[in-house]
Amino acid sequence: MNAVTLTPPPVTAPAPVRGSFWSRYVFSTDHKVIALQYLFTGMAMGVLGGLMAYVFRMQLAYPGESVPGFGVVSPGKYNSLVTLHGTIMIFWMAMPILIAALGNYLIPLMIGCDDMVFPRLNRLSYQIFLLSAVVLLASLAVPGGGFGGAWTAYPPLSSRGIWNHTPLGAPLWLLAVALEIVAFLMGGINFITTLMNSRAPGMRMHDIPIVVWMIVVASVLFMGSVGPLVAGAVMMLMDQVAGTAFFDPARGGDPLLWQHLFWFFGHPEVYVVLLPALGVVAEIITVFARKKLFGYRTILYTTFTTAVLSFFVWAHHQFVAGIDPRMAHIFTITTLLISVPIAEMIFSFIATLYGGSITLELPMLWALGFLADFLLGGVTGIYLGSSGTDIYLHDTYFVLAHFHYTFVPIAVIAGFAAVYHWYPKMFGRHMNKTLGHLHFWGTVLPFNGIFIPLFLTGLAGDHRRIYSYALFKELARPELQQLRVFATICTVIMLLFQTPFFINFFYSMFRGAKAADNPWRATTLEWATATPPPHGNFPHEIAVYRGPYEYSVPGRPVDFWPQHEPA
Amino acid sequence: MIDLLLKNASRSGVEIDKLFDLITFLVGFWFLLAEAVLFGLVFRFHRSRSPRALYVSGEEKHQKRWIAVPHVLVLLCDVVIIAGTMLVWSHVKQQLPPADAVVRIGSQQWAWVFTLPGPDGVFDTPDDIARVNELHVRSGAVYHFELTAQDVIHCFSVPAFRLKQDAVPGRLIKGWFAALEPGRYDIQCAEMCGIGHGLMAASLYVEEKEQHARWLQENAAPPRELVAFRFPNP
Repeated sequence: MNAVTLTPPPVTAPAPVRGSFWSRYVFSTDHKVIALQYLFTGMAMGVLGGLMAYVFRMQLAYPGESVPGFGVVSPGKYNSLVTLHGTIMIFWMAMPILIAALGNYLIPLMIGCDDMVFPRLNRLSYQIFLLSAVVLLASLAVPGGGFGGAWTAYPPLSSRGIWNHTPLGAPLWLLAVALEIVAFLMGGINFITTLMNSRAPGMRMHDIPIVVWMIVVASVLFMGSVGPLVAGAVMMLMDQVAGTAFFDPARGGDPLLWQHLFWFFGHPEVYVVLLPALGVVAEIITVFARKKLFGYRTILYTTFTTAVLSFFVWAHHQFVAGIDPRMAHIFTITTLLISVPIAEMIFSFIATLYGGSITLELPMLWALGFLADFLLGGVTGIYLGSSGTDIYLHDTYFVLAHFHYTFVPIAVIAGFAAVYHWYPKMFGRHMNKTLGHLHFWGTVLPFNGIFIPLFLTGLAGDHRRIYSYALFKELARPELQQLRVFATICTVIMLLFQTPFFINFFYSMFRGAKAADNPWRATTLEWATATPPPHGNFPHEIAVYRGPYEYSVPGRPVDFWPQHEPA
Repeated sequence: MIDLLLKNASRSGVEIDKLFDLITFLVGFWFLLAEAVLFGLVFRFHRSRSPRALYVSGEEKHQKRWIAVPHVLVLLCDVVIIAGTMLVWSHVKQQLPPADAVVRIGSQQWAWVFTLPGPDGVFDTPDDIARVNELHVRSGAVYHFELTAQDVIHCFSVPAFRLKQDAVPGRLIKGWFAALEPGRYDIQCAEMCGIGHGLMAASLYVEEKEQHARWLQENAAPPRELVAFRFPNP
């Protein structure tokens, strides 16, 4: 093992918690408090996004009828709802939960330091994020209503009020996205700097838990890809409010420019949220299979490969957008090649289960649910990366079902896996198992019930973002409508089954069974401190002696060997 | 396989459907295999059957094989799919077969304007036939289309033809299609184009040769205002 010699670390008592409610929970610079703020905000926005899905799914199943709790869905409202649903779920739910909440909570604890290197920047990051959410919600309340040009916001539709009919909603939407990006840039700077500078003594590059690597690589990916989008957003805002013509062909602009700028960010963004989710799964399957991760280095290097390749695949969103048809060949090749490192990573995760001693605790159920469902999302991507089949499938419900089979496992299933896994550390109490099982099955089964029918309607030619199929004879067939109704019913069931989660989450926070410091008998550093960890995290400086996944090491009395335990 | 849900009605659609089946065969195999192994391992190595876990790093050569071999096989499958898709793409989108006729497709919020050259076969003559949301073509003939948009981006999509192409303002995009059999098919806008996006439906009528010739004769005098659709210079 590691040849690290250390003088015994000085023992200091953790700083007593001081200050008012405001300074402890609202304006705290503690990374854990900020992480929970991101988590709560992300969950609240997730609920909002889910309710929006309820409204527009009801409209699709029962077109023209009044939706209970909302009313009649007009075409403008429908467009605005699908646009906001997409934007919220990606920028205000997946990113805050997977990157900001997990990154903030886990990075300092897992690398054994007391806080982020720039705690105040961290605080500012959350405040700007909160502001961005407020701006986004405000955009729904302005005259003309919320922006309805789809989350991809293709100009000239989105750049001119005369065409999108939301002269105020569109710029506010854009401003909100830009603010959100600013918040995550600050977070990203913190994550990368902290990992590189503040690791506990003895923690080498290959001793860093995979989830930390994944979040940091995702931050690098985000920061590397977001520049063009910011440039595009500024140009779009100028087109909207200052009368410039960057994207207006009638005055010398080019609408396709935006698509390149957007997707140059938009595709790496998929991996920005995918990587942390994969990291969460890696942590959980090792703990609950009592196994060392199969091929740590393989997984790490495939992560880097995926990250690099993801910069070269963006135009697969634009095969039929009017780009030079020769370009499609290049992007087909890069897109299909990216399936190789991802497949390899998934194989490594599955191989980790071999020879394990698996217990199906709640976090493990969610992690396995992620693998089982994400596989379908992954393989259906091949149809869309392959330019020939994309001609037919582009912008159909097949695409929609495909990316929900990636994003729901990523943001919802892996997100819940993380919450169930780290909940005892966050709040010092366990969640209720019965409610947890109810929540798991009530989420995963209806989720498949929503999107498998939508794969079929997509294959039948069902296009996205059409609020009523009345005018399309081929699509208004009763058998397709039955599939839509089935998907809608499953949406309602899936949403209802989130209630046990929220009851469980808030009830257990105060009344749950007390958790030990290391309830899952795990090896990584966050379990080496008190539960919940105090401000400053560790009572004394902690040192690292081995890799993060030393489970079931032969010849040892217990089946886990924590990173911080001297040999 | 797509045929089961929506019957193909165009020449290029045949190839796309075949490519779809090829991909389904390859990825279906990997998907089922991976799911089977995943569930099989969870069952076999549940704590009740496997009280103590093995210590496997996955970094030894003989262990890495378990990842390296599938890795090479996945790569091989990718190469097969890439070759197939490049072939299909170049047939459908790159190499336009010689045209029997040309149609101009204009799009705007929220309607399609289809212009046929009329019986004389030449555009911009008085017998041009322009129709809103209604396109008549001859079965079996190869049509080249010239596609553009007047305001925002639209997308010309005929699901039964497996045909889809964005219409971009300021650009003239060319493509082709050839119908296999007579009938009526849906035309949709497949790109979000504003509040009337869901209303942007049109019909494609595929007619036999004589029937189509008759239609052209009967409709050769168009309403003037519809011909005035602006086309950028190619």
